[in-house]
Amino acid sequence: MGLRSFFDRIEPNFVKGGKYEKLFPVYEMVESFLYTPKTVTTAAPHARSYIDMKRIMTYVVIATIPCIILGLYNVGLQANFALGNFDPSGWRAWILSAFGIGFNPANPLANFLHGALYFLPIYITTLVVGGIWEVIFATVRGHEVNEGFLVTSMLYALILPATAPLWQVALGISFGVVIGKEVFGGTGKNFLNPALTGRAFLYFAYPAQMSGDSIWVPVDGYSGATALSIGASQGYQDLAANGMTWASSFIGTIPGSIGETSTLACLIGLAFLLITKIANWRLVVGCLGGMIGFSLLLNVVGSDSNPMFAMPWYWHLVIGGYAFGLVFMVTEPVSASHTNVGRYIYGALIGFMVVMIRVINPAFPEGMMLAILFGNVFAPLIDYFVVQANIKRRAKRHV
Amino acid sequence: MAQTRREMLIDPLVDNNPITLQVLGICSALAVTSSLKVAFVMAIAVTLVTGFSSMFISMIRSQIPGSIRIIVQMVIIASLVIIVDQILKAYAFEISKTLSVFVGLIITNCIVMGRAEAFAMKNPPVASFIDGVGNGLGYGLILMLVGVVRELFGSGSLFGVTILQTVNNGGWYVPNGLLLLPPSAFFVIGLLIWAFRSWKPEQVEEREYKIQIVEAH
Repeated sequence: MGLRSFFDRIEPNFVKGGKYEKLFPVYEMVESFLYTPKTVTTAAPHARSYIDMKRIMTYVVIATIPCIILGLYNVGLQANFALGNFDPSGWRAWILSAFGIGFNPANPLANFLHGALYFLPIYITTLVVGGIWEVIFATVRGHEVNEGFLVTSMLYALILPATAPLWQVALGISFGVVIGKEVFGGTGKNFLNPALTGRAFLYFAYPAQMSGDSIWVPVDGYSGATALSIGASQGYQDLAANGMTWASSFIGTIPGSIGETSTLACLIGLAFLLITKIANWRLVVGCLGGMIGFSLLLNVVGSDSNPMFAMPWYWHLVIGGYAFGLVFMVTEPVSASHTNVGRYIYGALIGFMVVMIRVINPAFPEGMMLAILFGNVFAPLIDYFVVQANIKRRAKRHV
Repeated sequence: MAQTRREMLIDPLVDNNPITLQVLGICSALAVTSSLKVAFVMAIAVTLVTGFSSMFISMIRSQIPGSIRIIVQMVIIASLVIIVDQILKAYAFEISKTLSVFVGLIITNCIVMGRAEAFAMKNPPVASFIDGVGNGLGYGLILMLVGVVRELFGSGSLFGVTILQTVNNGGWYVPNGLLLLPPSAFFVIGLLIWAFRSWKPEQVEEREYKIQIVEAH
């Protein structure tokens, strides 16, 4: 155990009174990333569980793997497909040609690697910039850097369009980590989802690079509208004419942000999170219920001028990041409601808001992002009323 | 008199700032800070109104019956705001159009009423005037700081003069659209309060609760 003994040897420098005492959070971060945390509960409360924060966060990262794989494949597929009309250029094209991989959209490996060349710069930027902020705050405040940031950075990178400029990526994650999380005291005290906060910042600050039709497929001059914008302008019946069948939307071969197009991959992640009990099923049920209920209602109401009214719930499910948000954002334990009844309400509120924003206000294509942030803000209030109702009910019983 | 006149003028700038410490007058600070020119005019208007309304209220403070004092203060403040509004309409019509309803809303600005109630009702006219001007300047200072951040990064200019050439005009700077939206002033003011309180920790409020550490038995 060379590494372990190395850590044991340098540890005295970092604990209280040591030479680099101020840098303890950095040491702790590296150590607990590689080994199980040494501090375990000894005093009351006596409830013990395997599921510590490190394991929760690691499981969520594992659950995103299907999304990453299918997402990268799809980014490459869209790019290679569009490249049929354009000449490949830039450093990515250089690398792909240098290794003889080529740009054939029928070759899954070529697609995957092309997608990875878009995803990796974004992800690495996120990790480095966000990580620096985490370490700064941890060092100044003397708390520990924890694995929550790995989840935040992964989710953040997956909900960006592949064409996002790297400096905007850096700015967005800075905003997400600092304003969305650290100003409230760090992981566990954030009432907003930090990844979505960063994404929302970019959406409002740089709409030209974060929305519209020309950013989803990373080929200059190629316009690939998202399913939502086609649905809003022409109606969902026309999606098939634009090459988007329900099946292709479900599998995820449609233009969109990097990791959120594939409903299938999200559902695999959801199954994993539900089996390991990281995600609470009540949130998922609530969110599905709210979305299905309200979209059915709008189907019945109907509208002559707005084709989105007619979009059935199973289309809402597979387009515009609904599935990704449902699986990884709605179920985030910190910013969701904490009471069981509250979880149904919280989920339903988000499901309702998504359809509301998408249908009634198609000017905001990012329905899921805004709906979840809206839900985040209301989560504490929902909990408050649930708790008060419970107190009242019990007080009545005890006459 | 505990404070000297100098302190009355200087204190509200940082140590007792109406926006960052007392968190008053936030509404107009959100609305009028997207360009510096507008923020500057607003700052002057509020400073004049606070200064003179405090002075006039202080002059008649022993004649005002306690039960209707708020109404009397409002009449004085409203008259001054109308004068400011008319002057702006006459000499700076463009800016007055951008400021729109917010000049009228100076009447409801908590800073003006707050200084009238808290200071002018108990102090002589000259001191009240200085106190009012000081608070108006404190408000103006924050307005200008927020305005600098929002205009510089939101549209790449200061006082309408281009500093950072934006992409649309052939430059390199991509303007941050969020900063042109009113909610961004919340973030900027919040960060300013954070900076002020890190610089002067005595401004930090007492915690409402304390986390108690229970020793293990």
